[in-house]
Amino acid sequence: MPLSDIKSDFPTLNQKINDNDLIYLDNAATTQKPISVINAVSDYYKKTNSNIHRGVHTLSQEATEKYENARKKIAKFINSNEKEIIFVRGATEAINLVANSYVRPLLKPKDQIIITEMEHHANIVPWQIVCNEKEAELKILPINKKGELVINELEKLINEKTKFMAINHVSNSLGTVNNIRKIVEIAHKHNVRILIDGAQAVQHIPVDVKKIDADFYCFSGHKIYAPTGIGVLYGKKNLLEEMPPYQGGGDMIKSVTFEKTIYNDVPNKFEAGTPNISGAIGLGTAIDYILEIGIENIAKHEAELLNYASEKIRKIDGVDIIGNAKDKASVLSFTIENIHPHDIGTIMDSQGVAIRAGNHCTQPIMDFYSIPATARASFAIYNDKTDVDKLISSVRKTIEVFR
Amino acid sequence: MNLDELYQEVILDHSKNPRNKTELENFTHEAKGHNPLCGDQISIQIIMKGEEISDVKFTGAGCAISTASASILTEAIKGKSKNEIEKIFENFHNLVTGNKTEEDLGKLTIFEGVQKYPVRIKCATLSWHALMAAINGEKETSTE
Ligand SMILES: Cc1ncc(COP(=O)(O)O)c(C=O)c1O
Repeated sequence: MPLSDIKSDFPTLNQKINDNDLIYLDNAATTQKPISVINAVSDYYKKTNSNIHRGVHTLSQEATEKYENARKKIAKFINSNEKEIIFVRGATEAINLVANSYVRPLLKPKDQIIITEMEHHANIVPWQIVCNEKEAELKILPINKKGELVINELEKLINEKTKFMAINHVSNSLGTVNNIRKIVEIAHKHNVRILIDGAQAVQHIPVDVKKIDADFYCFSGHKIYAPTGIGVLYGKKNLLEEMPPYQGGGDMIKSVTFEKTIYNDVPNKFEAGTPNISGAIGLGTAIDYILEIGIENIAKHEAELLNYASEKIRKIDGVDIIGNAKDKASVLSFTIENIHPHDIGTIMDSQGVAIRAGNHCTQPIMDFYSIPATARASFAIYNDKTDVDKLISSVRKTIEVFR
Repeated sequence: MNLDELYQEVILDHSKNPRNKTELENFTHEAKGHNPLCGDQISIQIIMKGEEISDVKFTGAGCAISTASASILTEAIKGKSKNEIEKIFENFHNLVTGNKTEEDLGKLTIFEGVQKYPVRIKCATLSWHALMAAINGEKETSTE
């Protein structure tokens, strides 16, 4: 499929905002949905709607098959096994699941967990909660001015007290693509298990959990062209099997008596209650859509856009790019001298350009750079050079308003 | 959408050259206002003599709207009584949320444009919330 036709697959993109064509550049927050995903969800409710895993009737079997089929697609997409794919609400729930079911039982007072200075709050707060409860310590791997992890520091941080590591694959506010293989290697050398938060990775670059050798890997459906309320936790099967359940309820059990309950096998052990069936089906369809275009093609297209945008924006007086890592994906965070990002956001919106202004749920990064917030443009498959040109002209317009 | 309604000349002027943006010596009350949505923080310090606010200054960092609003606030309330200020704030709040105002708000009416930008209402009212907190002897307030 030629990339130029892609915009027409996304109905939301075809509208005016404040009398201007919508230029949607807030993809790191959430992506728009292709018509195939919208149809998959609505077809499910029009034709198949039924509960899964519990009916002998035809519709229930069909619903179960579609749901499980989505799991297979996801497993293949990140090169894993379907038994290792747990459906969750999103990256946030995946991280909380691992924090509660894997890490909490492991932690003793004075133990340590390592995260990094560039994490999303979703990959900070769950660890703070378990650390507080268990009187364990949270250690922070620092970043440098370019917005790259100082990986050399990891060997100094990691020790026999380190019980777990959690780190993002791609930073949502800097765009940095971390050298995950190297980090996993160091963690494993010290027998430390590691979770990779891939919420900003899977939609932009090829991900192979086997090659990375991640113990856990997670992402959110809504950032990869699928509906909200569905996400994925991948975990190595032996780890998932030794973990206690996260929530109790129907579907996650084999048998229940008041004396004893026998839990279901993975992944069902971690999917208590009726799941987000239509969301899972939508996610499977979103992955079909991505595969049709090719994740390599997407990566190449977005890298070109990011380079084009970065070069252009850098030339504007008073503009600073926040996050200049060597390896970046999709995200262009910037500040304009003497103009607050909130005002940038409002003025751009009046031109139809949707960007995000704020701390992007990464307050420690803002503190590191001593700024209150940034303006952030983030690209997806449907963006093109015309969108970037519009972004640049509305940056200029913003500066004009404040001149 | 007409941007000029929001970013009026006077608002831009006050955001670039805020008045009374400094620490106040001998203040009697102070409170910090925080907008968790965008991280803006405005602190208000006042000298209250009886019921009258005899002086007021602000510090902090925020967007153009919250900075200009704080700056204009300091000019609008100096020398006013607690009761008068409560009235002004009520009217100001009505103005920016698009409700009917009872009295002429003078210079404050330049914030009328904010009503078309619902996400920016809290920027315009942040310093006011901090002021009311200070007057009422509280230390901190949040727009959420
Ligand atoms: C890097 C990263 N991790 C985690 C999350 C949380 O994702 P969700 O809110 O979909 O659970 C986000 C979303 O912004 C993110 O960018």
